[in-house]
Amino acid sequence: MSKRIGMEIALAAAEAVALCKPDVVAAYPITPNTHIPEHLSDIVAEGRIDTDFICVESEHSALSACCGASGAGARAFTATSSQGLLYMAEIVPIVSSMRLPIVMAIGNRALSGPINIWNDHSDIMSQRDVGWISMFAADGQETIDMMIQAFKIAEHRDVMLPVNVNLDGFQLTHVVEPMFLPDQKEVDRFLPPYKPYAALHPDNVVSMGSLAMPDIFNEAMQSKDAALINSKQVILEVWKEWEERFGRKYEPIGAYRMDGAEVALMTLGSMGDTAEVAIDELRDKGVKAGLLKLKLWRPFPTEELFKAVKGLKSLVVLDRAVSFGGVNGPVAAEVKAALYDQKERPVVTNRIIGLGGRDVAVGDFMAMVEEATGAQKKKPAKAYEIYGVRGS
Amino acid sequence: MNTVTNFDLYAPRLVDKQEYFDAGHRACSGCGEALAIRLMCKALGEDTVIVNATGCMEVVSVMYPTTAWNLPWIHVAFPNSASVGAGVEAALKVLRRKGKIADRRIKVVAIGGDGGTFDIGFQALSGTMERGHDVLYVCFDNEAYMNTGIQRSGATPMGASTTTNPAGAASEGKNEWKKNIAEIISSHNVPYVATACHSYPIDFMNKVKKAREIEGPSYIHCLAVCPTGWRVPTEECIKAGRLAVETGVFPLYEIEDGKYTMTVAPEKLRPVEDYLKIQGRFRHLTPDFIQKIQKRVNLEYNKLLDKVENLHSWSELEG
Amino acid sequence: MEKAKKWPEKWQELTPGCMVFRPGSTREYHTGTWRAQRPVYNTDRCIKCGACYIFCPEGCISQDADGYFIADLDYCKGCGICAHECWPGAITMVEEG
Repeated sequence: MSKRIGMEIALAAAEAVALCKPDVVAAYPITPNTHIPEHLSDIVAEGRIDTDFICVESEHSALSACCGASGAGARAFTATSSQGLLYMAEIVPIVSSMRLPIVMAIGNRALSGPINIWNDHSDIMSQRDVGWISMFAADGQETIDMMIQAFKIAEHRDVMLPVNVNLDGFQLTHVVEPMFLPDQKEVDRFLPPYKPYAALHPDNVVSMGSLAMPDIFNEAMQSKDAALINSKQVILEVWKEWEERFGRKYEPIGAYRMDGAEVALMTLGSMGDTAEVAIDELRDKGVKAGLLKLKLWRPFPTEELFKAVKGLKSLVVLDRAVSFGGVNGPVAAEVKAALYDQKERPVVTNRIIGLGGRDVAVGDFMAMVEEATGAQKKKPAKAYEIYGVRGS
Repeated sequence: MNTVTNFDLYAPRLVDKQEYFDAGHRACSGCGEALAIRLMCKALGEDTVIVNATGCMEVVSVMYPTTAWNLPWIHVAFPNSASVGAGVEAALKVLRRKGKIADRRIKVVAIGGDGGTFDIGFQALSGTMERGHDVLYVCFDNEAYMNTGIQRSGATPMGASTTTNPAGAASEGKNEWKKNIAEIISSHNVPYVATACHSYPIDFMNKVKKAREIEGPSYIHCLAVCPTGWRVPTEECIKAGRLAVETGVFPLYEIEDGKYTMTVAPEKLRPVEDYLKIQGRFRHLTPDFIQKIQKRVNLEYNKLLDKVENLHSWSELEG
Repeated sequence: MEKAKKWPEKWQELTPGCMVFRPGSTREYHTGTWRAQRPVYNTDRCIKCGACYIFCPEGCISQDADGYFIADLDYCKGCGICAHECWPGAITMVEEG
C-alpha cells in the first residue's frame, strides 16, 4: 500500500530509485541534484538496499562506471545537472548506441557562462539528439513515478535504451511536497529484476563497443533511431500499466482545461504547475485558455501533438533554454517542425522564460496568453523573445 | 645472432596455447602492443573481462561485425577504461553477492595506451586505484599517441621526435623527461605495481599472473615497441624492447607492498646510444643531447637501485 | 583473393548496439594478403623451442604434426620478428613474388 510522505523531492526521488533495487550507483555531486546521490548513499549505508555506491571522481567517470556496470548486467543509476551533464556528454551518446538501459536523474540547471546554479533547461536541451528517452516531471509525484517507470521502460527487451528523468533544479529538487510513495511489494510486482540482453561474462563471450566503418555506420544510426522511435509504444504500455496499478495517468502531453480552448500554453517541467493557476484565472475571466504539459520529450510525441492542438487558434510555446542564434527555442523549433506540414495548425509564438532560476509568476503567464490572443494583439517582431529582460 | 638474456629456452612451450587475442586483427606488421596483449591474455586465462580504452588496440581488434577477442570485452571511450573497469568490477561483485551470476571470481582488467593512461585517462585511473577496486590496470606504453599518428604524450621520452613536437632546426624534439607513472600509481596505496616489456615475455606473464591474484588494485606498465612510430624495422621490434631494458632506459622491476625489486637486472648497463641509434625517432640527436640523456638515465637508474636497496616494505615497517 | 569483409546487408540485421557475439571472428579477414615477405623454414636447424611462437604479434604460429613451429600464411604479415629472434637461424624471410 502506497504511503503518504512529505519530503524534499530530491530525497523522494532517491527513495523511488531505492525501491527499484539498483545494483550499482555511481554519482558525483553537483548542485542542485546532490541530494539525490547523497540520500541514496544514506539508504545504502543503512543497509536498506544491497547496492554498490561508487564515489567516482568525476561525472565522466560516473557515467563510464554505469556503462561498465550495465554492460556486466547490473541495474545502474546516476544523477547529475548542468556542467556535470556536459562533462559526461562524451559518454552520453555512446550509452544509447550501446543500448545500455541506464537511468539518470537530471536536476535541470543552467549551463555555465556566467556560472549559475539555478533552474533552466539549457543542460538537457544541449543533449537533445543523443538517443536517450527523455521525460519531464512537473512535480514531486511525477518525479517518483517517472523514476520507477524509467527502469521498466529502459530495460524492456523492445527498448533497451537509457532514460533520463528531468526535474527542475531547486524548483523541484529542494521543494517539500506531499506525495505517495509506493511500497516495495507494489514496485516488485511492477518492475521485475533486470535480465540483460547481453552481459560481460566468460560464460557468454561478447565484444561491446565496436568500431563501425562508413560502410556500416549509416545502418547503425538507422537502427538507433528506430529503437528510439519504436520505444514510444512501450512507454505508452508502461504508463497504462502504471495507471492500472497506481491510479495515476500519464500521457506524452498532459492536457489541462483544453476543452474548447482557443489559446494554449505549452510547458515542460514545474512551470506547468504555476501555469495551471494562470489558466484557472484566465478561464474565470472568460478567456478560452488551456495548458499543454509536455511530459515526453524524446521520442517526440508528434501524433499526440496533432491531437492536442486540434481546434487551437494560438499556441504559446514556453522554452526554458535559448538556442543562441537559432530560429526558435528548442521546444518551439520542434513543435513548429512537427506542425509544418499540417493543413490546419495554430499560430505558434515562442517565449523563453525563467532562465537561470528567474521566477515566472502567474501574472506573467496570463500576460503571455493575453499578448498572444486578441486582448493585446502584440505579435513579437522576432520569432522568439526572452521574456522579461530588462531593457528590451 | 641475438642473445636473449633472462629467457628460459623452451619456456614458450609451457605457455597456454589458447589464443585469446586472435589473428586477423588489423594491427601494423610487427606491432609490439598486439604481441603484449596476446601474451597478457594468455597469462590471464578465460575468467577475465577486458575493458579497453580507445586506441590502436581497440580500433584494430573490433571492427564490426568481427572481433579478435575470445574474452568478454567492452570499449566505451578514450579516457575511461579505468572507470568503466570500476563499474564492471562493482557489478560483478554485487551480482555474485546477490546470486545472480555464478559464484566464481572473474578478474577485471582495464587496458589503455600511454595516452589513455598518462594523459587523458589519468584522472579515471587515479580514481579507480584510490578507491581500491579489484581491477588490474595494464598500460601498453608505445610512448606517443600512436593511433592518431604519433603525437607527443606524457610518456614520450626526452629527445624523441613526434608529430607534435618534431625535431627541426629550432627544436630537438621533446625536452621533458618521461612521466614516472609507476611511482605515481604506487603512491595510491596500490599493493602491486610492476614494469614489464613484451621482449621479456615470461617475466611479463609472471607479473600478470601475480597481479591477477591480488584482491585489490594493481598496475602493470608494459613498454610496447611501435615500429611504425619509433621508425624501427619491424623485425627489430623485440630487439628494441630488449635494448630499452639492457641500457637502463626502461628497467624492469616490481613494487610489492612498497618494496622495490628488480626482476631483470643486467650486470652492466649498455650505453643508451645502442638503444637510440636503431630508432628513427632519435636520429636527429646530437652527441651532446645523447650525453644529457645518458646522464639522466644513469641518475634515474641509480635512484631506482637506491630504492631497491634501502626502502622497506609496509609490512616490515609495521612489524 | 577471398572476400575479406562481409557487411550485414540491411540495417535490421545489425545486432543491438553493434555487439559482436562471434569471438575470434577476425579470422575471417586474412591479413596474410598484406605481406611483402614471408618466412621460409629450415627444419634441420629448428630446435622446436617456440621462441618464434611466443614473439609472433599475430599468434599465427603453431606446431605441425612433427612438432615444428610453422606460421599460418593466411595471417602472417611478414614482419620478420620470428626470423630475427630464431636462435639457430632456422627461419629466413624471403620476398613475396
